[in-house]
Amino acid sequence: MELLSFGDTGWGDELFFATLMTIAVSIAAMAIGFIFALIFTPLKLSKNKTLNVIGNCYTTIIRGVPELLVIYLLFFGGTGAAMYAASIFGYDGYIEINAFITGALAIGIISGAYSTEVFRGAILSIDKGQFEASKVLGIKKYIQFYKIILPQMLRLSIPNLSNVWQITLKDTSLISVTGLVEIMRQSYIAAGSTRDPLFFYSVAAVLYLMLTFLSMKLINKLEIKYSKGY
Amino acid sequence: MISIFPSLLSGAVITLQLLVSSMFLGLIIGLIFAILRINKNPIINKFAYGYSYFFRGTPLLVQLYLIYYGLANIEFLRNSFFWVIIKEPYWCAIIAFSLNTGAYTSEILRSAFQTIKKGYIEAAQSLGVTKKITFYRIQLPIAIKQSLPAYGNEIILMLKGTSLASVITIMDLMGEARKVNVLTFKPFEAFITAGIIYLFITFIIHNIIKYLEKKYGFQT
Repeated sequence: MELLSFGDTGWGDELFFATLMTIAVSIAAMAIGFIFALIFTPLKLSKNKTLNVIGNCYTTIIRGVPELLVIYLLFFGGTGAAMYAASIFGYDGYIEINAFITGALAIGIISGAYSTEVFRGAILSIDKGQFEASKVLGIKKYIQFYKIILPQMLRLSIPNLSNVWQITLKDTSLISVTGLVEIMRQSYIAAGSTRDPLFFYSVAAVLYLMLTFLSMKLINKLEIKYSKGY
Repeated sequence: MISIFPSLLSGAVITLQLLVSSMFLGLIIGLIFAILRINKNPIINKFAYGYSYFFRGTPLLVQLYLIYYGLANIEFLRNSFFWVIIKEPYWCAIIAFSLNTGAYTSEILRSAFQTIKKGYIEAAQSLGVTKKITFYRIQLPIAIKQSLPAYGNEIILMLKGTSLASVITIMDLMGEARKVNVLTFKPFEAFITAGIIYLFITFIIHNIIKYLEKKYGFQT
C-alpha cells in the first residue's frame, strides 16, 4: 500500500494526475468527436449522392480499421506532415507535435465516427410528421433544426452516447503508446521502476473501472433529467 | 509500396490466426458465462456478472499487460507448468483476447436467451420435452440466430483488438506496419496499406455474417 502513498516515496500523486489526464483526454476527444459528428451526420443524411459517399466513407473506414492504426498514422504521419509544411516556409528543425493534441485528435476522429452513427439513428427515429408539421407552419430550416430536431435528437441519443463515451474512455489507454502520461503510461512507468507490474496494472484496471462506473452513474442521472415529460 | 506488401501479408496471417483462435475460445467462454448469467443462484450469477463487468469496463490494453507482465510476477505461476504458456507473448495475447471477447459474447448471448419468448419453453414443457433437449434444440438455436448481427460486430471489434498484440512484440499486421515505418520512415505508406488490408478483412467478415444472417437468421 505504501507504493500508492502521495509524495516522493509513492506513486499515489502520479497516478492521481494521470487519472486527471485520462479524463481530460477523454473529454477533449469526445468534444472533437461531436464536431466531426455534427459535420458528417448531415452528409450521411443528405440526398446528394457525393456528400453521402463522403459521409459513409468516413464512418466505414474509421470503424473498420484498428484504433491503434489511426493513432500511429497521426503521430508519425502528423510529425512528418508538419515538418514538411514547415520546410516550405524555410524551417528545417525537428518539430514534435504535442502528444495530448495528437492523442485527443486521433481518439476524437474515432469517437466521431461512432457519434455520427448515433446521431444519424436518432434523427431517423424522429417522427416524419414533425418535419412536415414544422414545414407547414412555415418554420425556417435552421430554427426547425435548433428548436425541434436538436433537442429530441440529443434526448434520443443519450443512451447510445454513453456507450460511445465508454469506448472513448477505454480507447484513451492506447494513447500511452505515444508517450502521453495517462493512467496506462504512468502504470507502465511505475511497473518498470518498481518491478511490480501485477500490482500497478491492477491499480490501472481499478482506476478505469472506477471511471466507467462513475460516468455510468452520471449519465443515468442525465438520462432521467432529459427524459422528463416522456 | 509493392515491396512492403509481402511482409504485411505475413503479418495479416498472424492477425487472422490470433482472431480465429481467440474467437473460438471466446465463444466457449461466452457460452459458459451466458449460462451462468441466467442461472437463478445469486452467487453464480454475481460471479458471472463480475467477470463481464471487469472485462467490459477496462481497456483491452490493461488486460493484455496484466496477463503478459503481471502474471509473470507471481512466483507460484512461474514455477508451475503454466509458465510454458504465459512466457510466450503469443499465448498471452490469445488468453487476453479470448477472455475479453468471452465477456462481450456472454452479454450478447444472455440478452438473446432472455428475449426468447416464454411460450416456446412452456410449449416444450407441456409436450413433455426434457430440460436438456429444450435447451439444446430450442433455446440455443434461437439464441444463436438472434445474436448473429451483434456477434458479427463483436468479430470486427476483436479484429481491431488484435492490433494490440503488436505492443507485446508480436509481429501481426500492425507490428509489421510499425516495422516498415521504422525501417523506411514512410508512415503513410506503411499504415495506410495496413489499413487497407484491415478494411479488406472487415469487409469479408461483414459479408460472411450477412450471408449467414440471410440463410439462418430470422426473416423480418
